[in-house]
Amino acid sequence: MMNAIAVRAQAAEAPNTREKMVIHDLSFYYGDNKALKNIDLTMHERQVSALIGPSGCGKSTLLRILNRIYGLYPNQRAEGEVWLDGENILRPEQDLNLLRAKVGMVFQKPTPFPMSIYENIAFGIRLYEKLSRAEMDERVERALSKAALWDEAKDRLNASALGLSGGQQQRLCIARTIAVKPEVILLDEPTSALDPISTAKVEDLIDELKQDFTITIVTHNMQQAARVADRTAFLYLGSLVEEGPTSQMFSNPKDRRTLDYITGRFG
Amino acid sequence: MDRYSRRLARNKMWLSLSIGAAAFGLFWLAAILSTLVWNGLAGLSLSVFTEMTPPPGSAGGLLNPIVGSLILTTLAVVIGTPIGILAGTYMAEYGRYDRITYIIRFINDILLSAPSIIIGLFIYEILVVPMGHFSGFAGSIALGVIVIPVVVRTTEDMLLLVPNQMREAAAAIGAPQWFVISRVTYRAARTGIITGVLLAIARISGETAPLLFTALNNQFWSVNLNAPMPSLPVVIFQFALSPYEDWQRLAWTGALIITAAVLTLSILARALASKGVEQ
Repeated sequence: MMNAIAVRAQAAEAPNTREKMVIHDLSFYYGDNKALKNIDLTMHERQVSALIGPSGCGKSTLLRILNRIYGLYPNQRAEGEVWLDGENILRPEQDLNLLRAKVGMVFQKPTPFPMSIYENIAFGIRLYEKLSRAEMDERVERALSKAALWDEAKDRLNASALGLSGGQQQRLCIARTIAVKPEVILLDEPTSALDPISTAKVEDLIDELKQDFTITIVTHNMQQAARVADRTAFLYLGSLVEEGPTSQMFSNPKDRRTLDYITGRFG
Repeated sequence: MDRYSRRLARNKMWLSLSIGAAAFGLFWLAAILSTLVWNGLAGLSLSVFTEMTPPPGSAGGLLNPIVGSLILTTLAVVIGTPIGILAGTYMAEYGRYDRITYIIRFINDILLSAPSIIIGLFIYEILVVPMGHFSGFAGSIALGVIVIPVVVRTTEDMLLLVPNQMREAAAAIGAPQWFVISRVTYRAARTGIITGVLLAIARISGETAPLLFTALNNQFWSVNLNAPMPSLPVVIFQFALSPYEDWQRLAWTGALIITAAVLTLSILARALASKGVEQ
């Protein structure tokens, strides 16, 4: 375990990691309530970044800005800049559907669509690509294999996705997300509704996925952050308190509040 | 008598009052239904479904009003359902937080409880008078106007029950809003929306008042929408009020047919709704 963290620490500090997403002076409002205060944060390509902090600190809010899913609701507003590959995704003319195809998201509660397992995956692919039946079959299989669900699902592809267990549903949601070939994947407490075995499977999956994707995960489980993340950011009361390589955050935090939080004094 | 036994006695009193009230209501329901079945079955025969409404004193059936009712109801559903579903969709999806949605919802609720005779008069005024004659067309529109608020209400309610997470999940893979609605939220709310349509059919299949001013009636076979059209409720109304015994018997039979049809639809709606909950 320590070894894994040490290896990640090296990777996190290696010079060849490219900046994928750069958040600059980002604030967020629910109506008049300022929920995020002038955040600066960078996510690196093909790394896992964890956002941790006590309930209500704004970590989910921050994640929901990165694909602008907050835009579904009125009275929610972001100020500042979020650069994805050199483009500010907060600019008004940003096409939201294209952004979300590029920045996928998996939610806290598994949200399979009320259709078959196969259709759950094909749904997203069909939005942007016209494939033959055979090609689609292959894409669905690849996505399910990548999400470590193929063996469990291959004999029931046409069965309703609602019949899967919670852990399987969540892996289906991950498969659905990676099937559209995003570049960034946002995970919003993806294992908080799952049992320990399913959680372990999803965490293994995250390790796999970072070969291909840039991943940002919100978690209230500090051990999870330590297990899966290369870098960790600690948010408190809407502000970014500290950010750095995960090993450093958990062994030698610079800020008193980070230390208090990771040692369980609050939150 | 201590406090505890006084409380027990009071409980018994309220319990018997509640049971009494329920029994009172159920008694009349049973009385109505059994009278209906008793009198309706007496006149029920194959000729009811194969022969036209007779002149007084001769034999006949209810074929023309049955067919008329089917046409009027079908057309009303065809007119009212798309409008109702689209309006409900706007209210739940596109304009959920808009002021106009609150206004529409308020007005829709008024329409929902408006006496149907007013809707009949309204259609009489805007369609029958300008056209110069009663017509099946006007009757369908009047029934369609009754269908709309029922479907609007159930569609909106059912769509609002679909968790926002479902919409977020679909939006999060880059689906445009109409795609999210048509492929995901409709699917999730499908059984509820169908239930609403079935309830609307049940509601209009017994309506008499809006047809009196619009479709009127027709003693003969007529499928011409531009002419007066017979319907079961209006025939029942007319026959039941007549002094002729064979007409009255047919009225009972017609009432039994409507009741059976509505009962079937309600059971179907219930079955669909409970299936929806299981999901």
